[in-house]
Amino acid sequence: MNKKGVLPWAMGGLFLALAFSLAVFLVKPIGVSTQFVIASAIIWDRIDPNLITETESEQGGYKSPNAYLDKSNGKYAASAANPLNYSFVFVLAMVAGAFLSALTGGDKPRNGGSRMPTVWQNRFGSRPGKRYAVCFISGFIILYGARLAGGCTSGHMMSGMMQTALSGYLFAIGAFATAIPLAIMLFNQKDGGEE
Amino acid sequence: MELILAIILGLLFGFALNRAGATNPENIINMLSLRDLHLMKSILFAIGLSAVFLFFGLAAGLIDPSHVSVKSAYIGVVVGGALLGLGFAVAGYCPGTGLAALATGRRDALFFVIGGLLGAFIYTLSYGWLSEKTDLFREIAGGSVTLAETGNTKYTSLITSLPGSFIGIGIGLILIIVAWLLPKKILS
Repeated sequence: MNKKGVLPWAMGGLFLALAFSLAVFLVKPIGVSTQFVIASAIIWDRIDPNLITETESEQGGYKSPNAYLDKSNGKYAASAANPLNYSFVFVLAMVAGAFLSALTGGDKPRNGGSRMPTVWQNRFGSRPGKRYAVCFISGFIILYGARLAGGCTSGHMMSGMMQTALSGYLFAIGAFATAIPLAIMLFNQKDGGEE
Repeated sequence: MELILAIILGLLFGFALNRAGATNPENIINMLSLRDLHLMKSILFAIGLSAVFLFFGLAAGLIDPSHVSVKSAYIGVVVGGALLGLGFAVAGYCPGTGLAALATGRRDALFFVIGGLLGAFIYTLSYGWLSEKTDLFREIAGGSVTLAETGNTKYTSLITSLPGSFIGIGIGLILIIVAWLLPKKILS
């Protein structure tokens, strides 16, 4: 199967390995899902200015009445108060990197496929509203799950497993235990697809 | 300086995700339904190669052990992973690839990202209750542990009878071999 804009598997893997290895070599392991918390806390703090306040007593200089933002010496509160920190800028740059790659011949939606992937359309029809609603709910469940787990595919599965972290393997087992059976159940039905 | 590194490494990561095909939900869904393991081979190869690089670098003194950062293992890691897996299978996005996919012009990814922000927000609200009323944060096997010794004294390793570089590089090589042997597809 020829995929436009996608490298052969070994080259794609090498490219990813370069990113994950250089990150640990230069700074620290890659992670993404925490920044969804930081972004939502930035918005929330705009609405309720008492959410994050400066303090002398915490190491990071910020505290919050919210237990999650306040945990580990107000680490997340401090990040949301100062979005120009390494991890947040890293994720913004990741978005820019994907944009530049798509612009220069990488993978991007083709032939009007920006609303949903073909595999979805074959199974569930071409109504965009249905796809959008499911993506919204999936996003909700995924980020709730990732924060409960303390990391996502990047932080736990890739960065965790490369460091031989027990948490990385446990996360991968949990994720694939539900993802593989559900994907097979939903998408491998012969009647819906174009064989 | 750190922000410059954030920009360079972030750009590289986003670029790599896109070129590996991970920003296309078609590829994720076909991987999870075992019909096209191209991306799975890339991911396993990447993790394996990164482990080899890391543990070689640590042993050779090229990588500072303080850069190692191990997340804690607790019940919620498995439960949260299982929740993530459900959405992963249906949408074909995960947090990083969903954001990156939005940048490549995928409109469904916008709804994924907005849902994700709301999910992260609701988690932030529910954390206090979860940590007080449930057992989800009970640690497994000591919490922040690795299989291979990393040289960072904050983290203990479960296997101490063999050198960390041996275990780490060994696991890396096994993952590379699995990536190599994995068929292009299992189901059709």
